Amino acid sequence: MKLQVSHSPHVRDKATTQSIMLDVIIALLPATFAGWYYFGIRAVLVTLVSVVSCLIFEYISRRVMKRNNTLYDLSAAVTGLLLAMNLPVTIPIYMVVIGACFAIVVVKQMFGGIGNNFVNPAIAARIFLVIAFPKAMTSWTIHSGAWYSFKSVDAVSSATPLTSLGASNEPSLWSLFIGDKAGCIGEVCILALLIGALYLMFRHVIRPWIPAAFIGTFFILVFFFGHTNVLHFTGDLTTSSGWEMLFHECLYMLLSGGLILGAFFMATDYVTSPLTVKGKLIFGAGCGILTFLIRYYGNMAEGVSFSILLMNILTPHIDEWTMGKPFGEVKENAKA
Amino acid sequence: MPLRSIHAFTGGVHPLGNKNTDVLPSIHLHGFREVELLMQQHIGPPCTCVVHPGDHVDVGTMVGRADKPMAVPVHSSISGTVKEVHYVVSANGAPVEAVRIESDLKHTISPFCRPPKVESFEDFIQMIRDSGLVGLGGAAFPTYIKLNPPKNKMPDTLIVNAAECEPYITADYRQICEHPDDIIDGILCVMKWLEIPTTIIGVEDNKPLVTRIFSHEIKKRVFKTGRHPDIEVRTLKTIYPQGAEKMLIYTLTGRKVPPGKLPIDVHTLVMNVSTLRFIGLYLKEGVPLTRKRMTLDGSALNTPGNFIVPIGARIQDIIEAAGGTREEPKKIIMGGAMMGVALDRIDHGIIKANNAILVFGSEETTLPPESPCIRCGRCVASCPMDLIPCGIDKATRLRDPQMLEKYHVMDCIECGCCTYACPSKRFLTQSIKNGKIMVRAERARIQQEQKLLAESEQKGGSSS
Ligand code: SF4
Ligand code: SF4
Repeated sequence: MKLQVSHSPHVRDKATTQSIMLDVIIALLPATFAGWYYFGIRAVLVTLVSVVSCLIFEYISRRVMKRNNTLYDLSAAVTGLLLAMNLPVTIPIYMVVIGACFAIVVVKQMFGGIGNNFVNPAIAARIFLVIAFPKAMTSWTIHSGAWYSFKSVDAVSSATPLTSLGASNEPSLWSLFIGDKAGCIGEVCILALLIGALYLMFRHVIRPWIPAAFIGTFFILVFFFGHTNVLHFTGDLTTSSGWEMLFHECLYMLLSGGLILGAFFMATDYVTSPLTVKGKLIFGAGCGILTFLIRYYGNMAEGVSFSILLMNILTPHIDEWTMGKPFGEVKENAKA
Repeated sequence: MPLRSIHAFTGGVHPLGNKNTDVLPSIHLHGFREVELLMQQHIGPPCTCVVHPGDHVDVGTMVGRADKPMAVPVHSSISGTVKEVHYVVSANGAPVEAVRIESDLKHTISPFCRPPKVESFEDFIQMIRDSGLVGLGGAAFPTYIKLNPPKNKMPDTLIVNAAECEPYITADYRQICEHPDDIIDGILCVMKWLEIPTTIIGVEDNKPLVTRIFSHEIKKRVFKTGRHPDIEVRTLKTIYPQGAEKMLIYTLTGRKVPPGKLPIDVHTLVMNVSTLRFIGLYLKEGVPLTRKRMTLDGSALNTPGNFIVPIGARIQDIIEAAGGTREEPKKIIMGGAMMGVALDRIDHGIIKANNAILVFGSEETTLPPESPCIRCGRCVASCPMDLIPCGIDKATRLRDPQMLEKYHVMDCIECGCCTYACPSKRFLTQSIKNGKIMVRAERARIQQEQKLLAESEQKGGSSS
């Protein structure tokens, strides 16, 4: 009789890396479909190119490095999907491939593959593309009308809601919420993103700490300090309509840009966010503060990716600071 | 009784309960041809073997005498002839002296076994020691030591552990269903001699019957004696490891046992129901600890259930006597699914603290390959000791004792929650255990170094 000998425990939870990644993909699908609906068939193309090239780069780099094949853990597919969601629909296809290459080869595999990258590959790739091809990455189009048309490629570029706050073409909150606006493929439909986020929380894949701290901090900062920036806010706080405008601005800021996508799907990336609840709250709050600073005082309209990237880099330190005491450890006998 | 079940510690996991055997009454297994009694079935130094090949023994005859402090005597569990006194390898890999006894299948009980007379605290402690009792929940800590705390640390609360949070095991459950009166007798005896004012019985909320049985039993006592015995039953949330000593104490009393300290340091005494039941039974019958109730379960068995077996019976004989297997076992575990030891041989004799044998067939025996840590934090969230298992794992792999100490590796209770929860299927608990060994070695090395340093300084001082 041959008996298997292994260390306890002898039962394991059903969740695997693969099942978690699959859940993330499922959660991203509503927003992906919404993006396809709004931006037409070219959005489908961008998404497919991004996902497929991420998978190919993952396969090739693992082969070249003589390591085992990790396609099945689906993490490359998640990166591809997230990258596509962070791209404008008009982006030239070869740039998508470059972005995927940067994300998988440089950011992920060169640091040792899944679990070892210190920044989120999709975010790093997006920022890389913004720096390398600023024009292509910031020309936005509003959807072209007919979902099957490729026309959005040459559609007139329009401002994103972030740059048109207060302007005459400012979209309504409702259209911001359902996604009828200019922006990246995956970030426009807030409704779909929230459905996906709820799914993830329901499946216990993510916990609400990071998104709550991120969005909460950002909201509070906009509420208390947003109006000091005259560029954005012109209301008069001594009247009730001024308060209404302030509240409107807060919601407007939440619903536009990549804040919801970033807070629920990218800041919560396991590998690059802290482990403990305390750490996650600090991480989320840091993202919120940075996003506020960049959006209000920086010269970029969008600050979500940069703030997440910066906090990614701080994550090991946050982990260090927030390492709690073990159960029952009291001050007197706490070791240094 | 509070309506809400209580759960105080953070972390924990919810493995499938698999309490398949809880409705099956325990069955006495007889007819074992031989037993192998280890001379060390407790935490502490081994006993001295007092029998020789050819000697005749009865059930309850002492075969291992406890000469050293912390040792607990071992008694024969069958009647028959001593065949051999030799060294064997125990289930956890250490060499121990063992006595092999061949049965005469008569099961004669030694004439020296009679109900003990207890007139003082010293008598009580002596009785507990003579009975060969150790903690039956799995720890095998000598009960007589536990019940004899230093005078400045007398416990004010007795906690009865009826949580039984390990998957599959139902031995305590059956114990409670079948002998609640003995358990209450045991509790009252301990309360009397240690002058403990209150007792709390902790039961997980997936066992409502146990709560009812205890409440009924307590009411019976009130009726009989006219006063309430100060025993309280509390329902706990069903979560693993609710029955771990530190967790149980915290949940029931709000006291936290500091790292490296014992429950007695927070004036609490935790005892398993089976241990207490034995005390109750011993008071009545006076037969030392020779039989053990254990759960046999797993998909490879024909008839899972609870069985009362003589201590020292070989695992293969027990499986055979309990109905045999229906497929070739792939994995055999001594103990529960979360903390038990997987065996490579099955001719070991069971020891006092064993409470389950799991015989897994191919459907349960899966060993998923390890993949890289994705830092999902599930191990951190599930650790009842609030440690960072993935960090400890990393430190162990880096062989870095300083980093291990920083992560408080020594506080791990090896409950297995982190490994259970990990989606990357990493062997965290194993790695943490290795980390502990590394830290111990490093501490010893530093101590040695300091000693040498001190010595050389002394020498230097004397010569100058
Ligand atoms: S549960 Fe596993 S994968 Fe998740 S952080 Fe812990 S060790 Fe890493
Ligand atoms: S085995 Fe140790 S580290 Fe893992 S959950 Fe249990 S106490 Fe925590």
